[in-house]
Amino acid sequence: METLVQLLDLTVRSAVPLLLACLAGLYSERSGIVDIGLEGKMLGGAFAAAAAAAVTGSAWLGIGAGIMVSVGLALIHGFASITNRGNQIVSGVAINFIAAGAAALLGNAWFNQGGRTPQLGSEQRFNPLELPLAETLGQIPIIGMLYEELISGHNLIAYVAFLMVPITWWVLFRTRFGLRLRAVGENPAAVDTAGISVSWARYRAVICCGILCGLAGAYLSIGVSAGFVKDMTAGRGFIALAALIFAKWRPVAAMWACLLFGFLGAIEIRYQGVDLPVVGVLPLQLMQALPYILTVILLAGFIGKAIPPRAAGIPYTKER
Amino acid sequence: MKNFMLGLAAAAFATVAATGAALADGHAKAKPALVYDLGGKNDKSFNESAYTGAERFKSETGIDYKDFEIQNDAQREQAMRRFARDGHNPVVVIGFSQAAALEKVSQEFPDTKFAIVDMVVEKPNVRSILFSEHEGSYLVGVMAAKASKSGKVGFVGGMDIPLIRKFACGYVQGVKSVNPDAEVFQNMTGTTGAAWNDPVKGGELAKSQIDRGADVVYHAAGGTGIGVLQAAADAGALGIGVDSNQNGMHPGKVLTSMLKRVDNAVYDAFKDVQDGDWSAGFDVKGLKEEGVGYAMDDNNKPLVSDEMLQAVEAAAADIKSGKVTVHNYMSDSNCPAG
Repeated sequence: METLVQLLDLTVRSAVPLLLACLAGLYSERSGIVDIGLEGKMLGGAFAAAAAAAVTGSAWLGIGAGIMVSVGLALIHGFASITNRGNQIVSGVAINFIAAGAAALLGNAWFNQGGRTPQLGSEQRFNPLELPLAETLGQIPIIGMLYEELISGHNLIAYVAFLMVPITWWVLFRTRFGLRLRAVGENPAAVDTAGISVSWARYRAVICCGILCGLAGAYLSIGVSAGFVKDMTAGRGFIALAALIFAKWRPVAAMWACLLFGFLGAIEIRYQGVDLPVVGVLPLQLMQALPYILTVILLAGFIGKAIPPRAAGIPYTKER
Repeated sequence: MKNFMLGLAAAAFATVAATGAALADGHAKAKPALVYDLGGKNDKSFNESAYTGAERFKSETGIDYKDFEIQNDAQREQAMRRFARDGHNPVVVIGFSQAAALEKVSQEFPDTKFAIVDMVVEKPNVRSILFSEHEGSYLVGVMAAKASKSGKVGFVGGMDIPLIRKFACGYVQGVKSVNPDAEVFQNMTGTTGAAWNDPVKGGELAKSQIDRGADVVYHAAGGTGIGVLQAAADAGALGIGVDSNQNGMHPGKVLTSMLKRVDNAVYDAFKDVQDGDWSAGFDVKGLKEEGVGYAMDDNNKPLVSDEMLQAVEAAAADIKSGKVTVHNYMSDSNCPAG
């Protein structure tokens, strides 16, 4: 029981950055802007958050800077692919490289630590929050324990991430903004005919995407760890993209997909090198390949056809 | 795009290196140069150690040196070739990944003296400097076992390569020499280069070991290790640093650090050319040659009792005298201690 709760706790922690990035991608792709630059925006956000927190000493200014830089990168992607109707894949790849290169270069120039930011103290980070009554309720078997170990004790950004799931659902499916956002992703010409600006709707979507990616980056650099290390996102942006396809561009399904990937990551971390009954010690390579193997299997056979928003990846041209 | 950005970065660094370092005078025989590995000279780890050694040489002899921080793999060869062509002698390169480039460049410049740290390049003008990391890891293992109250300790490696297994194996042997029943959790962060720069995963690995009862965690994982030490400090456990003295990263939370004296190796290489004592070939720096060791300073003094210190010193003396032989994983790709 104890082990299971720890495993689930680890699952939640690993899933948070994926979830934020996945929801970010959801806003963008639902509006018709394919975004493989999630990784780069996360990295830029992580760097800016750690750098600002180190300089100002405030976690809040850190997260603000992280969001600003990430939104900035998102707007570059928007400018290239909405205003200039460029290829969205090329622009996304460029964002990834710009973020990786600029973070290392600026980090080295400012802090002179080989592209790292200085170690952050606890007041410069988002620390785990103890929810009210966690200790007392922890005495109650199972439910109390789940509350204390699993639900309590994450940092603020993690709670925001899970809160974003219903919010995103509500925004997309119950507001006018969401309706237009989905419409420009499916049939921009129809939206245009109705007299609504396609560009403006798409720009707002990529800004939402930037905000969430900035949060994901800040979660990595000033939440679960204490400082930026170059390339610290380690491919999480791409896993989030896989989760998005997996979830067929739906917010609640995205949460489950991210939790699934988080769970596989948690299993790898927890059971690596452990002698398991029946199978024995699994090789590390197999453990690490599991999420990808699973993606292929599930995509190939189980979840059915994942159909992206119809206008995704196609720049909107008003008249020819 | 990537190459363009990195090219910009390279240009920036090259300018800094060129303007920052004045040329050595004619009176010296040595005109040393140093090429760091990815990570850069302020990595709080072994590149920084190389830098310290070079700085020591500079302050003792007054001879300046040139150095270069590479930003991608393609620059290794360029940097070495440029230094050799400019008449630098010796050219010291840091890190096992430089071997292929050095093999090429050392042939092109047979009169230049090269040294490489952490790898063997069999060329008549190359000195290959290796460290007995297993011996140093053995010592910190002894200390970890003495400091552990639960009888469980952890190890987090970076990329799963034989060199890192060598650290792990020495550590396990050290732990078991004190407490044969001790449990050692061993984890590797990954199988690609990204495993050196994933502090989040490193922290989670350490946390999961601590959840299973480990109260001392040793890392040999470069940038990933920052997350390991952080997680140990956050959870009230003890971390053990690696390569450079990392005791100061979390004072009072880092038990000790396994030192790899890259600084001595660099200093010696510079100095030997200066004194005319240069020799090519293997140079294995073990405990006896003070190539490896453990760090003691004000940050970890309260953590290390006299009894622990005596045990570690006794183990060190035994290894030096040959009474205890620490098995080297890289000799047969096998670790008898498990």
